[in-house]
Amino acid sequence: MAGQRGLQKWGWVLVFLAPSLLGLLVFMVGPILYSLRLTLYDWNLLSDPDYVGTANFVELYHDDTFWTAFEHTLTFLLFYIPSVLVLALLTALLLNRPLRGIAFFRAATFVPVVSSWVVVSLMWRWIFNPRYGLLNFGLAKIGIDGPAWLFDPDSALHAIIIASVWKDIGFIAVMYLAGLQNISHTYYEAARIDGAHPIQLFRHITLPLLTPTTFFALIISLINGFQIFEQAWLMPERFARRGTTVVVEQIVNNAFRYNRMGYAATMSWVLFGVIFAVTLVQLALQKRWVQYEQ
Amino acid sequence: MLKKSLSLTLVLVLLAVALPGGVSARDEVTIRYFNFSSDPDHIEDLAEMVALFEEANPDINVEVSSAPYADYFTLLQADFVGGDPPDVFELNYENFVSYAANDVLLDLTPYLAEDTPYYPRALEAFQYGGIQGALPETFSTVLLFYNKDLFDEAGVDYPTADWTWDDAMAAGEAITVLGDDTWGLYSPIQFWEFYKKAGQNGCQFFNDDMTESTINEPECVEALEMMVSFMDGDVMPDELELAGLPNEELFAQGDLGMLVTGIWMFALFADAPFEWDIELEPGLANKGHHFFANGIAVAADTDHPAEAAAWAQFLTASREAATIRVDTGWELPALDQPEYFEAYLAMDNPSNRAAVFQALESPITPPVIERQNEMQDIVNDLLSAVAIGELDPQTALDIAKDELDALIQ
Repeated sequence: MAGQRGLQKWGWVLVFLAPSLLGLLVFMVGPILYSLRLTLYDWNLLSDPDYVGTANFVELYHDDTFWTAFEHTLTFLLFYIPSVLVLALLTALLLNRPLRGIAFFRAATFVPVVSSWVVVSLMWRWIFNPRYGLLNFGLAKIGIDGPAWLFDPDSALHAIIIASVWKDIGFIAVMYLAGLQNISHTYYEAARIDGAHPIQLFRHITLPLLTPTTFFALIISLINGFQIFEQAWLMPERFARRGTTVVVEQIVNNAFRYNRMGYAATMSWVLFGVIFAVTLVQLALQKRWVQYEQ
Repeated sequence: MLKKSLSLTLVLVLLAVALPGGVSARDEVTIRYFNFSSDPDHIEDLAEMVALFEEANPDINVEVSSAPYADYFTLLQADFVGGDPPDVFELNYENFVSYAANDVLLDLTPYLAEDTPYYPRALEAFQYGGIQGALPETFSTVLLFYNKDLFDEAGVDYPTADWTWDDAMAAGEAITVLGDDTWGLYSPIQFWEFYKKAGQNGCQFFNDDMTESTINEPECVEALEMMVSFMDGDVMPDELELAGLPNEELFAQGDLGMLVTGIWMFALFADAPFEWDIELEPGLANKGHHFFANGIAVAADTDHPAEAAAWAQFLTASREAATIRVDTGWELPALDQPEYFEAYLAMDNPSNRAAVFQALESPITPPVIERQNEMQDIVNDLLSAVAIGELDPQTALDIAKDELDALIQ
């Protein structure tokens, strides 16, 4: 009897979950599982898929273009992550001050986050334009001969990093701001009574108590950073693309321009594997540096 | 029990209503036509063609859907993947082979009237694996556009039909010195220009039986060296000197002496504040011009092959369709019928429109393989490396040969 009632209860649960669960199954879980299966196939969309075993993985292992793209993605992360975290923390510290009109500044830092990459790319393309752009104009004023930025494969990735950091500061800063406001004033008061000066307060109270936020921001930025695409697709000039191709761009090319669905699925799963592994390592390492308030 | 049989009846009634109402007496056939070339400027012109066709063939209805070029091939592919392709659809020449190689196109040979006036070269272009996979619909080409005012100012003679690139370079040098922001010549360094210039020098990307790439043969290397020499000789601006300004814009502003670009640019330059005209493109060892074509294909598993083929033939070869295309400034039909083009030839600005048809005498079709986009990306990437001086032409083309060989295996 109880078993039957349990069954009935779950039946109703399923009925109420169905509208969103069905969508999730059909449009997310289904395609994800299908793409996993596709890694073993060669499929050009027009003919039936051909089973090829692990050939896609072997080809990927020897694919220079993919590994170059991977290297660019790692270079992006190497510069992007520290810059965005440090600058977002500084921004959050500024935004945490009891200034008149602070709400305006808080809103303003968030504007880039909600702007579309298409718009942001256009804007930065103008700023980076070596002949007419603001940036090199400014650099020239202080006697620096600016690089060709988006026109040069060696500097284009750095231009993309600068624009990405600018766009994402607001997002991380909001997290830090929430973290800062969660720190109880009693710690600061106690420390001040003991004679600590502001730098010590920051070093020994603020930073340690923000580590959970930093940890979260780091994981989010890494996952997003590995998936960098729009800016790398939209910003560089044609000849500079050699220096900016990234992993997701390769996936898009193979899936939708080269019609190699199986190979693109393989790339996606390798990227997933890397992100998953990096996140696991992060989780394992967090004990060493993340301090949760007692 | 009553409830059950009631609902059963209801379902049956609904089904009866929903199902198509039987075959009508007239046996009308509807064929679906999917295209990109009418979107967005010529939708109404296409509707006019449909009306004319339906008038002549009262039993056939044509249901048109259109998409802009950028989305078209994704949508077409989705239709094929979904098992519900349109009966008749447009393919450009470069995508034709991928479709033909996958056996999804109907062989149109049995439906082709004997006296259809296609340019033989254009008809051949859409044959693959022994079948006529599509019918040539329109063609387009690339010519030398030149600014007469700048030629006059520099005191050099206008280009002629038998110019070589040396003549163009000499004229370009004379024009470049006219001013700091004035340039002599622009011919883009990319896949499309390169296979053509290579063709002008008697070199092709692949050998005849398509077993090996020949892209690093001396004639190809020489052609690429020449393309780069425009830039190295400061007759042509590099990407940085253009700083984001499109080359067509440079020409439209009156700051460029000669531009190698397509006849679809006529409209853009119509209001240019200077005198300009067109001429055959200069050559190397021989003359060579792009032959870009769109074709009309029929899906292999269409339910109405004869009707679909009739529409394909009307679209591509009828006088009615041809006249609409020419009169509305759409693309030019690939038909060997000079009288269809009289109105076009009489138009001004540019006045040397005969060159458009002269170019057809030295057509160079693009190298086409099944993995077309990959080939284009590989070649473009290496050409970029040459353009910015990272690789020399020989090294770049040696790499290209290895990569293209891998693609055709």
